[in-house]
Amino acid sequence: MKYLEMEHVKKTFDHLEVLKDISLSVEEGEVVSIIGPSGSGKSTLLRCATMLERIDGGSLSYLGERAAWEENGTCIYAPKSELKRIRKNYGLVFQSFHLFPHFSVLKNIMDAPVSVDHVPKAEALERAEKLLVQLGLEDKKDAYPYQLSGGQQQRVSIARALALQPRILFFDEPTSALDPELTGEVLKVIRELADAHMTMIIVTHEMQFARELSDRIIFMEGGVIRQQGTPEQLFGNPDERVREFIGKFQM
Amino acid sequence: MEFGQMVAQLGEGMIVTVEIFFLTLLFSLPLGLVISFGRMSRHVPLRMLTKIYISVMRGTPLMLQLIVVYFSPYYVFGMKISASYRFTAVILAFALNYAAYFAEIYRGGIESMPVGQYEAAQVLGYGRIQTFCRIILPQVVKRILPSITNETITLVKDTSLAFVLAVVEMFTAAKQIAAKDTTIMPLMAAGVFYYIFNLAVAAFMEYLEKKMSYYR
Ligand SMILES: Nc1ncnc2c1ncn2[C@@H]1O[C@H](COP(=O)(O)OP(=O)(O)OP(=O)(O)O)[C@@H](O)[C@H]1O
Ligand SMILES: [Mg+2]
Repeated sequence: MKYLEMEHVKKTFDHLEVLKDISLSVEEGEVVSIIGPSGSGKSTLLRCATMLERIDGGSLSYLGERAAWEENGTCIYAPKSELKRIRKNYGLVFQSFHLFPHFSVLKNIMDAPVSVDHVPKAEALERAEKLLVQLGLEDKKDAYPYQLSGGQQQRVSIARALALQPRILFFDEPTSALDPELTGEVLKVIRELADAHMTMIIVTHEMQFARELSDRIIFMEGGVIRQQGTPEQLFGNPDERVREFIGKFQM
Repeated sequence: MEFGQMVAQLGEGMIVTVEIFFLTLLFSLPLGLVISFGRMSRHVPLRMLTKIYISVMRGTPLMLQLIVVYFSPYYVFGMKISASYRFTAVILAFALNYAAYFAEIYRGGIESMPVGQYEAAQVLGYGRIQTFCRIILPQVVKRILPSITNETITLVKDTSLAFVLAVVEMFTAAKQIAAKDTTIMPLMAAGVFYYIFNLAVAAFMEYLEKKMSYYR
């Protein structure tokens, strides 16, 4: 089943065409990594997919349900109530976490299920505690975000997204804000999610990680998908720009 | 005048002062938030209107505003002004004036919130009102508390302006006794009262700040 489908998506920021006709579909259980030079539109693509930005053209659907589509040359979005339901399909992990600083770790994880999804408190607590164990944060549940390392904060933000039980998880450079010695603990968590067949779309500069983990890698440049394929196809790609880009990251 | 009588008169004034203080806060704190929404609205006429309101309220003397609020029912609506309206007019004028200051403080606090907090909340499915009440406002309150403390301390001293409408608060009471008995004693007593009141206000605000210092 197609979990995410984007067709001919366009996005323009005052005269700057950042996404030019992007089509991307992601199947259930698939792990897709997006790589590419800075400014190529990777974050914009995730922000459009997660509806933090409005698309200017093309269409966006989740599990066959249309969130946005084109009609007579303009893009229209589904009614609010439908969008609310569609949003439940995915979670997003930000590069700089954006945890809620006034909530404890536990509350960061529990608050959305309780106050957005109206999950009973006891059940939400059980879910949160399971996630804390899964992500190795048992002893941090009463801590506040400022008391945690970057790696721990990012793991909390992953737990916060998972607590809503999304079908798809988007990551925008989840380790780029971390000190090198802390990236490992976050990558390990993502790897475990991949092993559990979580559908994920990951923007990353961690080439080795993307290579080991992904079912498919997408190389973006100048607002288009320039190449895509399995890690073997992409890393053995004859395209000069792709080789040049990947080469920069391999020492 | 007997000492006991003086204390009784000052005491009555003191109660009026405390009433003006609390009622002003009660009305101006929420009103300020509403005005700050207008000030940040996408709706241009509303935004301009609140901007002008704030600029007039902050740019003219509170004393003049008290007089305008007191007399406007007569001059604008031709209504008869009763003596009991005096106190109401004081509260109205103070609330309208302080709301303008608070509105700007709220706006500063709200605009200082990183956009990531809104985006995280949106992706997690929080609605607009939920986002504001659960995520944004608690953090804004922490950020603006020092500025609110400043305004509140100014308010304690500003209450003496109620004399313009012949509302006998602490300072007016003290002045009356002082004039009658030709002694500055009552004025000194009033000064001590304002000082102690402000000490209490500062202590309370400090307590609030401490309560909110569990996170950064
Ligand atoms: N809100 C915005 N307003 C105007 N221009 C924007 C906005 N957001 C992004 N852009 C522009 O869009 C282009 C693509 O940005 P984007 O953040 O998607 O790139 P990226 O591939 O994620 O880069 P990086 O690897 O540096 O994160 C850039 O030229 C950027 O300046
Ligand atoms: Mg980016």
